[in-house]
Formats: sequence, C-alpha cells, structure tokens
Amino acid sequence: MYRYDEFDHAFVRQRANQFKGQVARRLSGELTEDEFKPLRLMNGLYLQLHAYMLRVTIPYGTMSSRQLRQLAIIGRKYDKGYGHFTTRQNIQFNWPKLEDVPQILEDLAAVEMHAIQSSGNCIRNVTSDHYAGAIATEVSDPRIHSEVIRQWSSLHPEFSFLPRKFKFAVTGDATDRAAVKFHDIGIIIKKNDAGEVGGEILVGGGMGRTPMIGKTIRDFVPERDLLAYVEAILRVYNLYGRRDNKYKARIKILVHERGIEEIREKVEAEFAQIQGSSLTVPQEELDRIAAYFADPDFEAFDAEALEAINRELEVRKFENRDFAAWMKTNVKPHKQAGYAIADITLKGIGETAGDITSDQMDVVADLTEQFSLDEMRASHEQNLILPHVKQADLFELWSALNSHGLGTPNSGLITDMIVCPGMDYCALATARSIPIGQEISRRFADLERQYDIGGMKIKMSGCINACGHHHAGHIGILGVDRRGEEVYQITLGGSGDETASVGARVGPAFTADEVVDAIETIVNTYLDLRESPEETFLSAYRRVGLDPFKEKLYAAA
Amino acid sequence: MPLHKNGVQIEDSWTYLGEEESPTLGDRTILSLDQWKQNREQLLEGNHSYGIVLAPLDEVEELRDDLDRIAVIAVTFPTFANGTGFSQAQLLRRMGFKGELRARGHIIQDQYMYLDRCGFDTLETDKENVVEAWKEALSEMTVFGQPSGDDRQPAYLARHAKGNKAAAE
Amino acid sequence: MSAKIVTAYHLRDGDAVFLREDTSWSKDVAEAAVVETAEAEAALLETGQADVTRNIVLDVYAVDVEIVDGTPKPTKFRELLRCLGPSNRTDLGKQAA
Ligand code: SF4
Repeated sequence: MYRYDEFDHAFVRQRANQFKGQVARRLSGELTEDEFKPLRLMNGLYLQLHAYMLRVTIPYGTMSSRQLRQLAIIGRKYDKGYGHFTTRQNIQFNWPKLEDVPQILEDLAAVEMHAIQSSGNCIRNVTSDHYAGAIATEVSDPRIHSEVIRQWSSLHPEFSFLPRKFKFAVTGDATDRAAVKFHDIGIIIKKNDAGEVGGEILVGGGMGRTPMIGKTIRDFVPERDLLAYVEAILRVYNLYGRRDNKYKARIKILVHERGIEEIREKVEAEFAQIQGSSLTVPQEELDRIAAYFADPDFEAFDAEALEAINRELEVRKFENRDFAAWMKTNVKPHKQAGYAIADITLKGIGETAGDITSDQMDVVADLTEQFSLDEMRASHEQNLILPHVKQADLFELWSALNSHGLGTPNSGLITDMIVCPGMDYCALATARSIPIGQEISRRFADLERQYDIGGMKIKMSGCINACGHHHAGHIGILGVDRRGEEVYQITLGGSGDETASVGARVGPAFTADEVVDAIETIVNTYLDLRESPEETFLSAYRRVGLDPFKEKLYAAA
Repeated sequence: MPLHKNGVQIEDSWTYLGEEESPTLGDRTILSLDQWKQNREQLLEGNHSYGIVLAPLDEVEELRDDLDRIAVIAVTFPTFANGTGFSQAQLLRRMGFKGELRARGHIIQDQYMYLDRCGFDTLETDKENVVEAWKEALSEMTVFGQPSGDDRQPAYLARHAKGNKAAAE
Repeated sequence: MSAKIVTAYHLRDGDAVFLREDTSWSKDVAEAAVVETAEAEAALLETGQADVTRNIVLDVYAVDVEIVDGTPKPTKFRELLRCLGPSNRTDLGKQAA
C-alpha cells in the first residue's frame, strides 16, 4: 500500500501545524466562528448535535494495522472508545474537544493519516473500490490514480473555495462497487484498443435533494492526461457553478441546466489549453505510486495443496454451521489461487451500522497483520474488509472475529444496511435513522429468511443530504420531519452499481411505528411476485415497477 | 482601502470609477467590465492604460484583446467563501496578462498563499499586521500537490528532480 | 408565547450548554433560565450573544420548552435529544451522567 515519502510527511505535518495555528487564533478570538468554520471544515471538524465531530479520511479505503491501531487509541484517548465508519471511506469521532484536535492531527500524521478536506466546499476524500487489488476482473488498480488525484487536490490553491463540495470516486473494474455514477466526477479506469491505460470520465452524478446519475463527458482520457482533464472540469465548475443557491451549487445542477454538451465543450476547450502542461504526471511518478500497489508477496499453492485446503474448509463448514454461514456470504473469491477476500460487516443484529469500538479496532488490526498481509479496507457500505486472506486461515480468522462480535454472516443480505448517523448525532438531520435500522435488523434477524430474500440493499438517510445513499438503495428510506414527527419516505429500485438507478418514491411517508412493517410488506410482496428465487429484488422490481408494492402498502388505507 | 504587496503596504495610484461617473482619458481609474465595454472604443484611442474590476460572474475572456492596454485588474471576492476569483486570475495569467493583478473584497489570511500561487500581485485590505500574517501564511507549507502557474513545483515533479530531496525537509 | 430557554455550544469542548439566570452557562438543561415573554427572550439571547463575542460559546439560539416537574423540557424532539445524548447509546452524553 501507499507509503508516505518525505514530501508527503512534510505536507501532512505542515498542514497539522497550520491547523494548530488556526485553532489557536480561534481560541484567542482572532478568528470569528464565521471565519473559522470553513477552515475547521476543511480539516474535517464539524459541530454536531452533541459535540464536535472529527472526520478522518481513509484515502480509497486502504489502511494498515498500524493505522487502525492508532485510530483505536484516538478513540480511547480523545473520544468515548469508539468510531463510526461512513459511506465515504472515512471514520468519524463523535466527541472530541476543539482543544484536542491539533494533537489528534499530530497523532494521525505520525501514522500517515489526516483529516484534510474531509469536509468543506473543496475536493473531498477520493473513494474507490474496496476490493481493489484483490479481484480478478480488475483492469488496473484504481488506487494509483486515486492517490494521484488525492495529492493534486490537497490544498489546491484554486479549488479550495468551490461553490460546493466535490466528490471523486474511481473504479478499475467493470463491476462498480464504488458508486462512481453518483459522484461529481466518477472515473472508470480502462484500457483502450491500443492497450493503454486511461479513464472514462463521468460528471454530474450525485445524491442529495436532486439525485442525478453521472454522464460520460469523455470516453477515454489517457492516464498521463487525467489530471489535466479533471483540472479542466474543476475550473469550468469553479467559474460557472451556481453560488446563489446552496441547493443548486453542485456540478450536477450545472450539467443539468446547461446540458452535458455545453459543459463538454467548455471542458474540452480548457483541456486543450492545459494538456501537456506541468499537469502531466510523469511516468516515473505513476510507476512510483503503482509500485506501492503492486501485488504483495502472495504464497503460491499447487493444485494438490489447493485441493487439500478446500477439503479442509468443507469439513469445517460441515462441522460448524456458523462458519459455513459466514463463508457463504462474507467470503469472496480472490484473484490469487489459495486466497480469499473476507468481509467484516459492522452490522451486528440490532447494532448501530458502521460503529466499532476501539477494542474491536485493535482486534481487526491484529487480524489484519496476522492474516491479510497487513492491509485492510473500509467500504462505502460501512464495512471492513480483509482483502488478502489465505483460504487456509479462514477458519482461524472467523473464530477470532466471531469471538469479538465481528463475525456477523450477513454481507450483502438485508441486514447489511447503510444507515447514516441521523438525528442521534447529526446536526442537520430531520429524523433519526439508527433506531429504525436497528429495528429492521432485528425484524429480519433470521438467517434462513435473509437467504430466502437474497441480495438486498437497504439504505437510509436522516435527511435530504442523503449521506445514507437512500436514492441508491434497492429499498431507500429517508427520514423527514412532518410537523414535529419523525416520518419515513420509502423509495424502491435504486441502485449504486454499474446499472445505476435512482429509487422511485412509493407513496406517502410512514411513521416510525409503521415503517418497519412497511419494509416487511415490501419484502413479502417481492417474495410473492418473484418468478424464481434467482430473481433478485432489484430485477423483480425492474420487471414489475412500483404498482404491486403500492397496492400492498396502501391497500388498507 | 490600503493596498499591499507581499504584505507590505504600498501606494495606490489608482481610484475606482464611481458607478454614475464617466471615464476620461488617462485618469488612472479602475472601471467595471460594463463601463469598459461601453467606453472601450473611445478609451483605446489615447495612449493610456486602464484598470478593470471584475466581479465573479464577469467573463475574463472579454478582456482578451485588450490586455496590453490594461495596467491593473482587480478581482473581487464578495465573500472569502466565493473562490471564483482564483480561477479568473489563473485564466488572466494564462491569457498573458502582465499587469498588476489585485485581490479585493473579503479575503482571509488563510487564503494569502492561494492568492500568491494563483498569480495575484497585490491585496486590498484594511487588516492590521498584514506583514506578519502574510509571512506566516506563505511559510506554513513548503510542499505542494499541484502546479498553479507559479514557480512552486508540485511534489510529483519535485520528488523526481535531482538534488531536490532537501526541499521537503 | 411558549416558554423558552437559551442554548449554545461551548467553544472549547463543543458541549451543549444552557444559559442560567445568573448569565453563566450550565451543561444541565434543568438549570436553564426560563423566559415567557418576547422581551425577556430577546434580553436572554443578547446576554448569550455577548459570550459569542467573548469567544466562550457559539451558535446561540432559543428553544421552546414546556415545564415538566418544575424543570424545562424542550418540545422539539431534536432539542430534547440534544439534552440527552444519542438514543441508541443511552450510556453516552448528558443522559449518562
Ligand atoms: S443524511 Fe442528513 S442526517 Fe444523515 S448524516 Fe447526512 S446530513 Fe446527517
């Protein structure tokens, strides 16, 4: 994985110092809150419902055991012994004191981490495929260009005061696990006919109040020109993006109002001016970064050994039903024979999605070191992943996870939900989401029933900002305030993968008491109408549309 | 409004033309883009240079043909959160504008480095101790992630340039 | 007008705080000064605002309350949560104390 060199170290140290100065100026009264707010936001520091909240970025979701251990320490020392993984490959601490934040940033810098641009109207943490480097179908590791973009976007002198926040996602696989079509800029790394690596660039996707699916602005940009191309997009956005209305300020609105053709014309004109300039990343730099993402030292297994391992796994599964269940959903094929990808869902039945205690972080850190070539991932689905586990170690890994409450066998099933913090923590929320998520989780706890329902993504947000990606949920839930009461709107048929779609509203909102029943009605309706158990909820919905669900949901009314 | 260069207050020989006023030849006034467009033909007749003040929604492209007759362009930041001016500055420099590029409006210390990097020469501010603030702001970072038209090298070039390792220390 | 209290965030630690009668800030909503007229509300807000200028608190605003068992209780759910802590973690926040 990427390691800082002296340039990166100096950069992060200086930035932490800079923020220390800003905090000091705030505490002395030299900076007013109005002036300090955008500065603290650019360092990931929010003021939430109960306290400050610090959001630490995990660039493209990749971390080492050392980094995770440091997060555990920060959670214990400056917070209340836990952290929360978000939908943008960040971790949030919910209770830090302003005075402590400079020290926290120093502690982070010591392990090559930071909170730079995890908030604010600037280019945010670049997110990527959480299986990058581990899956067989990948064209090229998306983290190489994610890293290039991360460095380029950090403290960008021209793009730190944009009309609104700006999010990048990069994938290197045709199967999209990074929701690239729901980002301001989505990049799909691919090869052209000549075999050169480059990227398809999508622009103007997003969630929020007006969900939009990104449009392809250029089919292929060679990798050396990627920075020039995205800089051209950002410049056009910074000049023409609307600043008169917060809700119309994202690039998706600019693309929508002016049309992709006009935006493309402007971007191409700008790109023509700057292509070949010092924005061209030299090959030696691409090579340098790529070397960090080269395959780790995988052990080679011959056919005989593989067969023995498989036999052993089968026996284990036969003997231990819980292990078998975990294998069934949480273990994915790896590109290297003899290895597997293991999902650690932070979705224990009835628990808060994405939350993890410092003690559990330590456990995962140990297991990362022991079983996953010292590399782990955080996914936008609020789960952790050990990407490089020897199949022979799976049982031992599972046993350890399970004994610390981290072995929930539900990856991709209905209880593996995305749930934003909602009103329990978030100052912007219009309703709570966590308790609803917990109740849904308990309602569908039965594993056989979860298997029967099959692949299902429920995504829930506590306000229109849509951090919980509800627009992209097979079932989306949005909590709103109706005359002082928390009520929940349901959308169906959203999807954040390569077949991206925005969910459609099923009808009037449900109260907190009704919403879990409503979800159950939707699920039962699906089970009744599907053509076969192989037809997933999303396929069935795409075949039949809203009506059958509407009928069942509102029949009694 | 006091004018500063590198944080040091300097004399300002330009004045802004009032909204209702009309420009006269060689009066060293700074005109809005509209005023310039309305009086352009007449003003270009003499041998004088002029100043232009830009608002965020002004198209810098409209000045392209006249850049050699413009001595100063004042780019407006209505609030510090509106960063349009940074891109306007970049475009003006790239179009070959050699005159004085000045920043005016609501600008905070933490943007001084960005002004410097985007090609601004001067800053209008009534803040005190601009010298120290400027010095501090420009010394905080010595490593940069991107090119921006100034002579600070992005890390992706600097780290491959020979004998450059020390720069980051 | 419904009864109101004035709240803010403590600058240094980010805690939700409530303005007392004696113009100091409390972390406990039960100690908040309750006002019942628009003039009293304006005066209380002004007192709170002065501490923004003095960089002690930020985000000063008034909250509707009802009086339950002699103490103020916010009528809006959001504000009530803010006086308690996250509802999924009753071991945390003010409710835990
Ligand atoms: S969706 Fe709304 S409530 Fe949920 S975390 Fe985002 S801003 Fe907060």
